Amino acid sequence: MTTLLLNAAVLGGERRDLAIEGGVLVDPATVDSATAEVVDATGLVALPGLVDLHTHLRQPGGEQAETVASGVRAAAAGGYTCVFAMANTNPVADTPAVVEQVHRLGLQAGLATVRPIGAVTVGLAGERLADMTMLAQSAARVTVFSDDGKCVADAELMRRALEHAASLGGVVAQHAQDPHLTRGSVMHESPLAAELGLTGWPSVAEASIVARDAMLAEVTGARLHVCHVSTVETVEVVRAAKARGIAITAEVTPHHLLLTEELVRSYDGRFKVNPPLRAERDVLALREALADGTIDIVATDHAPHAPEAKQTAFADAAFGMVGLETALGVVQQAMVETGLLDWAGVARVMSTAPAAIGSEPGYDAPLEVGSPAHVVLVDPDARSVIDVDRLHGRSTNSPFLGVELPGRVLHVWHGGTRTVADGRVGVATEGAHR
Amino acid sequence: MTAPRTVLGPDEIARALTRIAHEILEANQGPDDLVLLGIPTRGAHLAQRLADRLTGITGLDFSARVGALDVTMHRDDLRGRPTRASQPTRIPHDGIDDRVVVLVDDVLYSGRTIRAALDALADLGRPRAVRLAVLVDRGHRELPIRADSVGKNLPSARTEHVSILLEEVDGRDGVTIESATGSATGDGGAA
Amino acid sequence: MKHLLTAAMPRDEAIALLDLAEDMHQIQDRELKKLPALRGRTVVNLFFEDSTRTRSSFEIAGKWLSADVINVSGKGSSASKGESLRDTGLTIAAMGVDGVVVRSGASGAPALLADWIGKPVINAGDGTHEHPTQALLDAFALRRRIHGRAARGKGLDGVRIAIVGDIAHSRVARSNALLLPALGAEVTLVGPAAFLPVPAADGTRLGLRAETSLDAVIGERPDALMLLRVQLERQAGKVAPSVGEYITGWSLTDERLARLGDAAIMHPGPMNRGLELSSRAADGDASTVLAQVTAGVSVRMAVLYSLLASDHATDQRSADHRPADHRPANDGGLR
Repeated sequence: MTTLLLNAAVLGGERRDLAIEGGVLVDPATVDSATAEVVDATGLVALPGLVDLHTHLRQPGGEQAETVASGVRAAAAGGYTCVFAMANTNPVADTPAVVEQVHRLGLQAGLATVRPIGAVTVGLAGERLADMTMLAQSAARVTVFSDDGKCVADAELMRRALEHAASLGGVVAQHAQDPHLTRGSVMHESPLAAELGLTGWPSVAEASIVARDAMLAEVTGARLHVCHVSTVETVEVVRAAKARGIAITAEVTPHHLLLTEELVRSYDGRFKVNPPLRAERDVLALREALADGTIDIVATDHAPHAPEAKQTAFADAAFGMVGLETALGVVQQAMVETGLLDWAGVARVMSTAPAAIGSEPGYDAPLEVGSPAHVVLVDPDARSVIDVDRLHGRSTNSPFLGVELPGRVLHVWHGGTRTVADGRVGVATEGAHR
Repeated sequence: MTAPRTVLGPDEIARALTRIAHEILEANQGPDDLVLLGIPTRGAHLAQRLADRLTGITGLDFSARVGALDVTMHRDDLRGRPTRASQPTRIPHDGIDDRVVVLVDDVLYSGRTIRAALDALADLGRPRAVRLAVLVDRGHRELPIRADSVGKNLPSARTEHVSILLEEVDGRDGVTIESATGSATGDGGAA
Repeated sequence: MKHLLTAAMPRDEAIALLDLAEDMHQIQDRELKKLPALRGRTVVNLFFEDSTRTRSSFEIAGKWLSADVINVSGKGSSASKGESLRDTGLTIAAMGVDGVVVRSGASGAPALLADWIGKPVINAGDGTHEHPTQALLDAFALRRRIHGRAARGKGLDGVRIAIVGDIAHSRVARSNALLLPALGAEVTLVGPAAFLPVPAADGTRLGLRAETSLDAVIGERPDALMLLRVQLERQAGKVAPSVGEYITGWSLTDERLARLGDAAIMHPGPMNRGLELSSRAADGDASTVLAQVTAGVSVRMAVLYSLLASDHATDQRSADHRPADHRPANDGGLR
């Protein structure tokens, strides 16, 4: 089946037609418009399918909060055609068996490509390196290794992990949090934390680990990726590291581009996240860093939780926010509408660059003829209030409930297969095109 | 809107209080064991004025036999109305057990305030007798309560508002009455 | 719906509560310790954290106002695998109680319960956040000591108070830091660096001046010294001072007592004699420790009366407890 997308603003720029046939983008001039399915994309922006380098799909072990199948529905609704699934499942993704299971579940669900992330250490315990070679050579083809949820705190282990990942052509993604400085921490360390009687998470606990890891990356010649940068201090470390030519990449979450610690005044567990929501100055520095390339990508850190895990005292609540379905709207509000990033920039930080870091093929020439047909059509002028009933994932712990966000994902193609039509997510298909 | 009508001026109030003081002594056949407890705010000031008169009449020091009895906590309308602030209760040093307590208040209306005062008194001790002296009785009793001494009987409609003004609180003495719509009541002419 | 979640309140509201407590205090001298104001009301002491003193104080306060008082011990954290905080609260509310007094080890729990259960909630201490009735009784006792019988209607204007101890982890310190300045007092926080909260850009902590030298502050001749209970064994041993270290720097020893003049010596209790203060300091004429306990019942009577006597008491909570306007609204998932 051939699909013709008429008059789309490609990467927010010039309006032209796109055509999808046989799972790839073809020259629209070669398509017979009489027999093709036609989608009028007037007024819509065409982006490449989004790629999330940091998602928690919770399966195996956490199915009450999310499964691979429910997670990819949320992903598709948000315009994602590829998600990297973090390893802190139960059992942990430190063996080929687990990553291959997640990989298989992804193929069954369709709707988006699921790329399992492998653990750095066995059981995420931070004591012994996981079998990274076996993970890389499994059917899941692991290229990203992370203990996210926990920090690889032991410098010797981190050094060996960086070296080993490098030898496999992979990358270590570090959750930078010095455990000694953050015992019992539940929110940003600040006068507000002192006022609320909540234990603080000082910014230095993130920046100091990133500085250490950057130097380890330099000495090993390895690639280092920093998860969810949240502080102005870390931004400065990453900037300095890049200036030295260190192969460091960094991500920021949508919520850290928009929300501050002030929300914690309500003691509402929905605003509890790791790393925590920080101050205005951090939010502004993160936006600038994303605009100037110091931070390379946006990654959601989509972290589903069942309601009872959040509806409790703040200190007892689980850390995390769901984000796949609201990511694009938040980035539009924080970056596009403030003039810091154009849609081409959005495509870079939310598709091309994350795919490159994770070594996922097919995203390096976005929306060009010959590329796999991963396409998103967004209505940039729509505005909608995020409604708990309209979320597609299994969990609803979003900090944006009741908030109006710009933009609406209308249509998504994953390898030429239609996954979202008029904002409605399709049934899972027999198999995604690769 | 017309001004409220004055029914008692300062002189009339003073004469009424003097008469009440004599009545209290007469009913008690003397000053023995008398204790005056005024209900705040204005009842307490009236009790003090009565005590001064009794001192003048008997030559005994009644300043040690006068106090205030706050009835806020014993009211029967706490739930239905906004939270009420309380006032201090000051019981004379010799207490109220086996004494003749004269409750003093400015206006007697439904009787519920006095009912609350009787309950408050019961929590504080066991007087030999309790009497009631009020400056104005405006009728419309909702409970079987009556005053032993009354400064002035003032028949009134429920829609009318009776105000007591005292020098200690309001800067001048007076008793006024006005109707709810603000027009004067009583005999034809406006004030 | 009115709650008492925080000691942050306007000056006149605080003075009104203290004056009401003065009237309640008279009950101490009566043989019949009963007022009918809360007759027919049922109050639950919902304590997720043990505290015989505070619980007894609230229980006596409620009973002296003729309320029916029930004590419930809750578990309420997901960690304990029992009934959740929310379910415990909803269950109690569903039984038809009129008010809930909550003590919790988790900061913010009373505020969450106030949102969830639709009944008046009184914060009897939440984690390291606040203990509003403690601050009120501290203010009451200090006001009485300074103004005696003429205390009604007065604040603590110009009174200089130093609060000493583990300020960072003390809900008593936090509530006093809010209430005492509102009454006109000048408050200084004193403790070792590890016990002082994170400073703001202007160097103040919890909005107040902070000092690490108790001796320097004593030299300024404060009108009152409030010693906080210190639990050195509870800290992560590496960073808190040892007992000897603490006594050397921050204990109200006999030597420091001699330099203190006739300043009031306050302690919320229970005291660690010899650690926070010497026995001589605890038992001397300047000590208000027992007066604070007595004050506690009167203050809690005033609070219970204010929240529960009328069906029309209005909400104390300020806008600060709600999220800022353009940020996500606090609804959906939790309601």
